[in-house]
Amino acid sequence: MGIIEAGKLVFEYIRRDEEGNAEGITRAVDGVDLDIRQGEFVAILGHNGSGKSTLAKHINAILYPTEGAVLVDGKDTREEENIWEIRQKAGMVFQNPDNQIIGQVVEEDVGFGPENMGVPTKEIWERVEESLKAVGMYEYRKHSPNKLSGGQKQRVSIAGVIAMHPKCIILDEPTAMLDPSGRREVIRAVRALNQVEGVTILLITHYMEEVIHADRVIVMDQGKIVMQGTPRDVFSHVERLRSLRLDVPQVTLLAYALKKKGLPLPDGILSAEELAEALGYQKG
Amino acid sequence: MLRDITLGQYYQTESVIHRLDPRVKLVGTILYIISLFLSGGVCGYLAAALFLAVVIKLSRVPFRYMVKGMKAIAFILLLTVVFNLFLTPGEPLWQFWKLTITEEGLKISVLMAVRLTFLIIGSSLMTLTTTPNNLTDGMEKLMGPLKKIRVPVHEISMMMSIALRFIPILMEETDKIMKAQIARGADFESGNLVKKAKAMVPLLVPLFISAFRRANDLAMAMEARCYQGGGGRTKMKPLQYNKRDILAYGVLAIYIAALLFVRNIRILP
Repeated sequence: MGIIEAGKLVFEYIRRDEEGNAEGITRAVDGVDLDIRQGEFVAILGHNGSGKSTLAKHINAILYPTEGAVLVDGKDTREEENIWEIRQKAGMVFQNPDNQIIGQVVEEDVGFGPENMGVPTKEIWERVEESLKAVGMYEYRKHSPNKLSGGQKQRVSIAGVIAMHPKCIILDEPTAMLDPSGRREVIRAVRALNQVEGVTILLITHYMEEVIHADRVIVMDQGKIVMQGTPRDVFSHVERLRSLRLDVPQVTLLAYALKKKGLPLPDGILSAEELAEALGYQKG
Repeated sequence: MLRDITLGQYYQTESVIHRLDPRVKLVGTILYIISLFLSGGVCGYLAAALFLAVVIKLSRVPFRYMVKGMKAIAFILLLTVVFNLFLTPGEPLWQFWKLTITEEGLKISVLMAVRLTFLIIGSSLMTLTTTPNNLTDGMEKLMGPLKKIRVPVHEISMMMSIALRFIPILMEETDKIMKAQIARGADFESGNLVKKAKAMVPLLVPLFISAFRRANDLAMAMEARCYQGGGGRTKMKPLQYNKRDILAYGVLAIYIAALLFVRNIRILP
């Protein structure tokens, strides 16, 4: 049994015009089945409005399914008494770091989750220390969040979630507002969490470069899962991804173009090294 | 430009006063202010001045920081003095045209000036030595008994600390919106007061919209981190009285007692 399971998940909301009259019903998530195992690194891709963020909010019990069900560690998100346990088990990191940091000092913000859970004071300090170390922000523990860079702020947000000892972390476009170096920092921290601590990661993004290390990539379009598989599988369908308005990594695109011109290359090349090797160049 | 404003004006240094429990400092400040209005006579004020001087010395905050705080209300101070000086009826000392200075007026205005100065320095000493966070924590704890009459104490202090956290963010945002509008030809500098105020409208509307959006996001992020209000919460940094806090309460009690004793002694008539 997986840590996150969703069966025939449907979420609908009523569209309203400016006067508040119902215009129609939008299906943001349309019949999604999901099964994520403990320790897996899953990336969800999709362009704006594909329903990926809506799906993420279901896992944290912020939104409830119109039809179908979501189970987190075997607990149904629709049951009122499960909410707090689910939110502790499936931590969530949002897009804008400024709007999710509550504390005025880094360490206080990280302690916010455990404080809410009623963890004893001494243990809060231990958890804060270990989570700040896990994202490499321990030396900034006494700083004000306002003085940190975007990537650092987002790492603090991640530490705040880790301090709650979740089994799974859902990151809802955590890098969308960051510069390239901040983006790399965050992704590196996320990967380390997955590999070292064995935390299940659900990364929602529209940056292709971030998903090449994932165990599994899920592509969503118009509320439905349209592709699923390892990054290599998914990226070998260049034309299909383009029709879904997604950008394929540049190297993959180059390899695809070369192959089309007749070079004997394998499908789904993900990195520059791989391409160099396939083209016959030796390292060094 | 907007970023230069420091709120709460905390002065970072190591001192006994800094390390005191915020509750002690809050109670102390309130008692000190009350004591200023209880005391009469030169001896009372000398005692108050002495007490203040000792605390300032202990706090290791440079005196000029406190004087800085005075500047903001110098005008109010001056106004109080002037009104008391000229408008108190009594024995005339000096007369010019329609203005009369009376003996009583002189006395009262000097008294008011001293009182207000001490009051301002005393309370700025509290904000200079206590972080805003500590202060809200202390307030929450002190107002604890009010929970019994359904005052949402925890919520009030949470709102205060969130407000403090968002002040620099919203200031940065104001700066950004201002620059964006200036780039498109908006004029915030010239014109009279009414014109300037009108120019602020296109600035405030986007600022409010963004503040609401932020509030919405923050509420969601807090709920995602299991925030359920004050009940069942533990504290990462719980407030605990130390020996030095008990001692400080003792010193405070001695000061009040001394003041009450001294106020009856009169050197000058």
